[in-house]
Amino acid sequence: MADDTATPDPTEEVDKLVVRFAGDSGDGMQLAGNRFTDASALFGNDLATLPNFPAEIRAPAGTLPGVSSFQVQIADFDILTAGDQPDCLVAMNPAALMTNLKDLRQGGTLVVNSDAFDERNLAKAGYQSNPLEDDSLKGYRVIKVPMDDLTKEAVKDTGVKGRNVLRSKNLFALGLMAWLFHRPTEPTIDWIEKKFGKKEEVAAANVAAFQAGYNFGVTTEATKNTFEVKPAALEPGTYTNVNGNTALAWGLIAASRKSGLPLFYGTYPITPASDILHELSRHKDFGVRTFQAEDEIAAVGATIGAAFAGSLAVTGSSGPGIALKSEGISLAFMLELPLIIVNVQRGGPSTGLPTKPEQSDLLFSLYGRHGESPLPVLAIATPSEAFIMAIEAARLAVKYMTPVILLSDNAAANASEPWRLPDLDSIPEIDVEYTKHPNGPDGTFLPYMRNVDTFARPWAIPGTAGLEHRVGGLEKDALSGDVSYDPNNHQLMTDTRGWKVANIANDIPQLEINGDEHAEILVLGWGSTFGSIGAAANRSRLEGRKVATAHLRYLNPLPSNLGDLLRSYDKILIPELNTGQLMKVIRAEFLIDAVGLNKVSGEPFKISEIMDKIQEMVE
Amino acid sequence: MTTPTYTRADFQTDQEVRWCPGCGDYTILASVQQFLAALGRPREEFVFISGIGCASRFPYYMKTFGIHSIHGRAPAIATGVATTRPDLSVWVITGDGDALSIGGNHLIHVLRRNVNLKILLLNNQIYGLTKGQYSPTSEVGKTTKSSPFGSIDYPFNPVSLALGAEATFVARTLDMDRNHTQAILKAAYEHEGAAFIEIYQNCNVFNDKAFIQVTGKEERVHNRIDLQHGKPIVFDSGSKAVVMREGHATVVESSSVDPNAILIHDETRPDPAVAFALSRLSHGPYGPTPLGIFRNVERPTYDVELNAQVDKAKELQGEGDLESLIRSHGTWTVEAESPNGG
Repeated sequence: MADDTATPDPTEEVDKLVVRFAGDSGDGMQLAGNRFTDASALFGNDLATLPNFPAEIRAPAGTLPGVSSFQVQIADFDILTAGDQPDCLVAMNPAALMTNLKDLRQGGTLVVNSDAFDERNLAKAGYQSNPLEDDSLKGYRVIKVPMDDLTKEAVKDTGVKGRNVLRSKNLFALGLMAWLFHRPTEPTIDWIEKKFGKKEEVAAANVAAFQAGYNFGVTTEATKNTFEVKPAALEPGTYTNVNGNTALAWGLIAASRKSGLPLFYGTYPITPASDILHELSRHKDFGVRTFQAEDEIAAVGATIGAAFAGSLAVTGSSGPGIALKSEGISLAFMLELPLIIVNVQRGGPSTGLPTKPEQSDLLFSLYGRHGESPLPVLAIATPSEAFIMAIEAARLAVKYMTPVILLSDNAAANASEPWRLPDLDSIPEIDVEYTKHPNGPDGTFLPYMRNVDTFARPWAIPGTAGLEHRVGGLEKDALSGDVSYDPNNHQLMTDTRGWKVANIANDIPQLEINGDEHAEILVLGWGSTFGSIGAAANRSRLEGRKVATAHLRYLNPLPSNLGDLLRSYDKILIPELNTGQLMKVIRAEFLIDAVGLNKVSGEPFKISEIMDKIQEMVE
Repeated sequence: MTTPTYTRADFQTDQEVRWCPGCGDYTILASVQQFLAALGRPREEFVFISGIGCASRFPYYMKTFGIHSIHGRAPAIATGVATTRPDLSVWVITGDGDALSIGGNHLIHVLRRNVNLKILLLNNQIYGLTKGQYSPTSEVGKTTKSSPFGSIDYPFNPVSLALGAEATFVARTLDMDRNHTQAILKAAYEHEGAAFIEIYQNCNVFNDKAFIQVTGKEERVHNRIDLQHGKPIVFDSGSKAVVMREGHATVVESSSVDPNAILIHDETRPDPAVAFALSRLSHGPYGPTPLGIFRNVERPTYDVELNAQVDKAKELQGEGDLESLIRSHGTWTVEAESPNGG
C-alpha cells in the first residue's frame, strides 16, 4: 500500500499543518473535516478552517463540479487563516484529486482512495491515464489505500446494509488521518455515539470504520513518518470551537438575556444564513421565537411587527434576500424601531455563488435603500467575534431606536476557530426600558419626542394604557408623529434621522492600529479578511518591512479617529473580496488616495497575495 | 380590573378623516369604532395594521395602537405582533389591491397558518389612491385609466380565495349595512384564529354603484342572500332557494323543490366544499350574492402553538442557561502555568 517500505522514523514535530479533505459531495468530507477540527480543538491546537462546497446538494457523483472540500490549519501558535497550501490532501476520488492537487505543497502528503480510481471515475475527472500508476504524482508522498474494500470489511459485522456500508468510508479516512497526525480518537468516537446513538448499527459502523482507518495506519505503517502538532500557546482560559453562524446565534440569545427582551427571529431559508435559523430554533428554552416566513419580505415584515410589540427583533438573510427586504428596512428606519438585519454575504449578484465568500454587499448595506435612510452597519472580523458583535448590534438598535445591519460572510459563517469563552457577567447589560407614561402636555403621548442625548424616540409598546399611537411610512410630525407634509418638518425629520445615526460615532470604539508605529504602509480591512491581512502583515514584518494594520468593525458611522489615522500614513492598502467598495467609501469620505487589492474569485485571499501587494507598494 | 365603559368617540382620533365625501370607508370606520366601544376591552390592547391604499389610512383614525405600513405587508407585520403578543387583539385593514395583488402571498399564508388576526378587506373593485386603475377584483371588460380598451384581467373572488387558502373564518358583508357589519365583526372577534371578512365598499369617485345589485333598494331584495347558520338558504322574500346539485350550489324557485331539499347553512362544516360552492353562486356582486359567514371552524392557531412550544421547552429543559449554551460544543482549558500556556 505504502510507497515507502523503510522503517518508520519517529514522529516528526511540526509547528503547523494544513490538511484538506476532498471528495464527492456525497462522501461526507465536511463531516470528516469538522471532526478532525473538533478533535484538534479539544487537543488544544489553534486552528482555522475553510469549508468549500458546491451549491448543488448532490452534483452528479464523481464529476468535477461535485467536489466538496474542507481545509483546516492546526498550529501550536496563534494562526489567523486556514493556510494557503495544504501539507496533506485526502482525495476520495479522481475528481477531487484533479481539482485539488494544484494546491498541495510540493513534497506534501497525498492520501487517496485507490478503489475510486477506476476507468469510469478517471474519465469523469478528465484523466487520460491513471495518475496512481503513472509518474504524475512523483513530487508527493503518496499513500494509496483501498478505502472501499477496507471499509466494507470493517463494517461487515455491524448490521449496516446496502448504501450505508460505504457511507462510513469518510470515517475510515478520518481514522487514518487521526493516526497520521496524532489526533486523539476519543472525541470522535464520543461524537459518533452521541450523534448516531439512536441508530445503533450506523453508530457501530462509523466507529468500526474510524478505528479501522486508525489501525490501518498503525499496522501497515502506511508512511514513513507521522506528524504531531503540539497544543498552541493560547491565552489562558476555557475554549470552545465555534463557527460564525453559531456564534452569531448565541450572541443574539445573549443579547436577549442582557436586554431582558424576548428574541424574535423572522427569516426565510437561504444559503449561507439558514444555519442561524437552525441554531436559534433549537433554543426555545431561552424564549426564542423563530418564524420561517413565506418569503423574505414577510420575514422582515414580521420582524417589524415584533419590534413594534416589544421584542428584540432580528431578521437574517444573504444578499438576494436582503434586496427583497429593502423596502421593509426603509419602513423600519422611518418608524424608528429597533431591528437587527443580519446579512451573511455570498458571491453575487443575483444567485451568484451561493456557497462562496465575497464582501460585495458593503455599498448595498450603506446605500441600498430608497430615500435618505442611513443605517448603522457593523461587520464581524472573525467567526467567534459574531457573538460580541451581535450583542453590540442589539445595544445600538435599542439605544438609538434604529435598524442595524450586521454583516457576516460565507467565510466567517462556516469557518470555525477556537474561541476563548468570555466571562458572561462582565458583558454589560443592555439598558432598555419601554416608555410607560405620557410625555406630552395634558397627558398626551408624543411618540417622536426624542431623548436629548441619543435622539432616540420612545419605545411605547401595545398594551400600555394612555400611550396608544400610530406610526407609519408617511412623513411624521417631529413630535406628535401625525402625518405631516409640511416642508420644514420633512427637512427637520430627514436631518434628525441622519444626525441620530451619525451621532453613534461618539458611542463606538476608536479604531486601533496594530503593528509598527512608523510603518511605511497601513493595511486597512473589514470583515473576514482579518486573518489573511494579519498573517500577511506578520510575515511582511519578518521580512523587515514596517507594516501597520487596522480593521473596521463599524462601517457606518465610521470611527471618529479614522480620518486622522489614515492621514498619518503615506500608503494605504485596502484588500477586499469585492471590486473596491470600502476603498470608494474611504476616498469619498476622506479624499485619501487609498489603493485597493481586490478579488472576486469566490475564494479568500491567500496570505501571499497580500504580501506581494505590500511589497509592491513599499518598494 | 374593571371593564372600561367606552363610546364610539373614545376610539376616534383627533386626525381629520380624509376620505372623499360619501366614501364607504366612513361607514365601515363607524361600524368598527362602535363595535369596539361596545366590547369594553381596554383600548390599548388593540392594534390596527394596514398596508397602502385608501382603506389603509384607517389606523390613523383609530385611537388604538397602529401601524400604517407598506403595500401588501400588513398581514406579515401583524403576524409579528400577534405571535409575540398573544395578549393583544390584532386587526388588519386592507383593500383589494393591497391584499390580493401586491400582498397576495402574505394573505394566503396568514390564513393557512391561522394566525390570530382579524382581516378586513375593504373591496371597492378599483384602485382609488392611485386614482382609478383596475384592481384584481375589477370585472373583465372594465374601462379604467389603465384599461382604456377594457380590462382583460380575470378577477379574484376573495371569498373563494380565502377558502382555498385554508381560512378557518370567512365572511362577507357590506359597508352600508352597519348592523350586518357589526354582527360579522363580533363573530370574527370571537373566532380564535385568522378571520377573513370581505367588505363591499363603494368608491363613489372611481367606481360608484359597483355594488348596486346588492345594495340598491330594489335590487337587493332580489339579489341579497343572507347566510344564517342552521337556517335554510332562501332569499327574494322566500321565493328563491339554494340547493346542492351535482356538487354545485344552484338557485331555484322555492316552489319548485321539496322544502327538505333546500340547503341548510352550516358554517361549521369541517370540509370547505359546500362553503366554496356557495362562494361560486356569484363571482362578484352580480346577481344573487351570498352575504354572511361562509365558514367558521376551529383549528389550532399559530400564535398559541408557537408560544406553547416555548412554554414546553422551558418546562422540560428549564429556563435556558447561557453559560451551558456556549459550552455545549465541548471545551478545553489552557492553564496559565502550563508550559504551553500564556
